[in-house]
Amino acid sequence: MHIVACIKQVPDAKNVRIDPNTNTLVRQGVESIVNPFDLFAVEAALRIKDETGAKVTVITMGPPQAEQALRETIERGVDESILLSDRAFAGSDTWATSTTLAAAIRKLGDVDLIICGKQAIDGDTAQVGPELATLLDIPYATFVKEIGLMGESHFRVTRQTDEGTEVWKLPMPCLITVLKEVGEPRLPSLRHKMRAKKAEVPVWGIGQLGLDAEKVGLSGSYTQVVRVFSPPRRTDRVLIEGLPEVQAEQLFNYLKEAKVPGL
Amino acid sequence: MKAIVDPKKCSVCGVCADVCPVGAITVKEDSIDVSDDCTLCSMCVDTCEFGAICLPEVGSGPAADLASFKGIWVYAEWRDGTVHKVSHELLSAGRKLADKRGVPLSAVLLGHGINHSLTDELIAHGADSVYVVDRPELAKFTDDAYANTLVHLVREKKPEALLAGATTMGRSFVPRVAALLETGLTADCTELDISEEGLLLQTRPAFGGNVMATIICPNKRPQMATVRPKVMKPARQLDHKGTVERVDVPTSCLAARVEVLEVVPEMDQTAKLTEADVIVSGGRGLKRPENFSLIEDVAQLVNAAVGASRGAVEEGWIAPSHQVGQTGRTVAPTLYMAVGIAGAIQHVVGMQGSKIIVAVNKDPNAPIFDVATYGVVADLFDFIPAFVRKIRQERGDE
Ligand SMILES: Cc1cc2nc3c(=O)[nH]c(=O)nc-3n(C[C@H](O)[C@H](O)[C@H](O)COP(=O)(O)OP(=O)(O)OC[C@H]3O[C@@H](n4cnc5c(N)ncnc54)[C@H](O)[C@@H]3O)c2cc1C
Repeated sequence: MHIVACIKQVPDAKNVRIDPNTNTLVRQGVESIVNPFDLFAVEAALRIKDETGAKVTVITMGPPQAEQALRETIERGVDESILLSDRAFAGSDTWATSTTLAAAIRKLGDVDLIICGKQAIDGDTAQVGPELATLLDIPYATFVKEIGLMGESHFRVTRQTDEGTEVWKLPMPCLITVLKEVGEPRLPSLRHKMRAKKAEVPVWGIGQLGLDAEKVGLSGSYTQVVRVFSPPRRTDRVLIEGLPEVQAEQLFNYLKEAKVPGL
Repeated sequence: MKAIVDPKKCSVCGVCADVCPVGAITVKEDSIDVSDDCTLCSMCVDTCEFGAICLPEVGSGPAADLASFKGIWVYAEWRDGTVHKVSHELLSAGRKLADKRGVPLSAVLLGHGINHSLTDELIAHGADSVYVVDRPELAKFTDDAYANTLVHLVREKKPEALLAGATTMGRSFVPRVAALLETGLTADCTELDISEEGLLLQTRPAFGGNVMATIICPNKRPQMATVRPKVMKPARQLDHKGTVERVDVPTSCLAARVEVLEVVPEMDQTAKLTEADVIVSGGRGLKRPENFSLIEDVAQLVNAAVGASRGAVEEGWIAPSHQVGQTGRTVAPTLYMAVGIAGAIQHVVGMQGSKIIVAVNKDPNAPIFDVATYGVVADLFDFIPAFVRKIRQERGDE
């Protein structure tokens, strides 16, 4: 079996904030992390590998620095990784990203399962998984919290929806997007750390993927950001001080005035 | 392609160079230089105080027959015979867009056993027409059948914009609809407007809510967006009239490659959390497992759902399904009360959309106070019992 996990390098949310004085975006340093949900995707793939001996490949589309994210997954036990990097990919929306990932997976060929994290913490769109599956013309299941094999050629997955849980049977090849319930990501091991140091990470650009520059990156995107701004800051903050009884009374009155249901 | 600097507006302050994550910006004597390393991440665009930086435009695909797409559509989610609240919210938002454009507003209902009360309700909330596809194959949700059916309708009727709730269902199958139609989709919008030329202005939070972005889809139709529940205000229009059209779709649309083996409805904590009007959340400041009952008491008293920080979840005081934040649930109730929660960014991103935020913390410098509407600087073990007494006293329970 061959499993591909798709990951994304994202800015650490801790480092993205608004400067209260200038009301603009500040990013201290350039620290990037592997999108936390994608670590669950990698863990889910490794758990199936533990059970079945499947091969796990991790791919990411990003700038050359994203290679670091791939090495971090090799440290955790991933077999191979590929970096999709090309100037032409810059400015991709979810459609252009899915187009690029789909080309890479087609090139890999023999893929039985693709795992993505539920969403990336920078964009929060949750769109790449379903769009990628649709482009590859394979079935998918989102918000998966449990995965198991069902015979030779199917997976049985449990989805967490707003209404409850659902159990689905998916034929291979298929794609799933996973929640943190699939299992806590394992720590890097010494052996795999050694391997990660030496591992070769091939870089595929539009040439290797046989993609037209017009179909990827900003040119291949359908959506465009026209304005980026800081959310309006709360200017209405009230500090409530004094003895607990006085504070309780004040808070109660404020909430009553605001007509909060239940009070 | 790279970010474009307007030399007329640029003050050469160099702030953009500091924030560029890939070091693509250099400050020259009297100008700013952007190198080919630029990844078009837009960090500099927002950081620039002078509005001097912008990004190039998306590819100008075949802008051919944009004008042949007319009308605003809302995908109306429903369950157990009732319309999902988010559908009402979408209809009121869609009504405004449709009126501004002078086009009709339509709702789409998919499923099995769709009766009058559902279609009437949609019309009473502003729909001019309701398209219904009622088939046994749609009794259980699958991305395949739902997306294929909706795509069939869109191809036939050609709306200019299509809105759906950013629920687990909407966020699952709507990306497939967009991919099959080869059009753009903006996730989880919190604000919608439409320009005179009919461009849908879709505003949504990014970077966990630290930044807002307005997104357009200039060359493809329909323009598609999922909209975050509980953000738009629903509005009833009692005397509104509308039509109902039952639409037939080819059986091939209804085939699903997955098999739904089990559906276990559970109004579990996670669901309760996202729908609650009031949430009371506890954090590590509660110190001991048994103290979590303080939170539960307040919650019960005001009919609220119980939330928690990851701190409290990690201590094992409460189940992970209660966790609010980046790796938990995103919530936006009328009132969110954070008790003994520090306010780490990963927690804040999950609750900052709440209308009123009350923070109870004994540390006046706790970051939670930065997002609070009402900040109570107090020891929770003194304050919470006093607050509970006050509520009881007001109700005459004591
Ligand atoms: C990748 C990643 C994802 C994460 N996702 C989430 C997430 O989804 N949700 C989440 O919540 N966190 C998340 N975290 C963790 C987050 O960074 C914080 O560690 C966590 O939120 C802290 O929980 P806390 O505020 O309850 O605990 P603490 O940080 O320990 O804060 C306890 C607070 O209680 C106050 N306090 C103590 N005693 C009292 C008292 N007697 N009266 C009043 N106040 C008191 C203290 O002043 C302090 O502010 C994530 C972290 C990472 C790295």
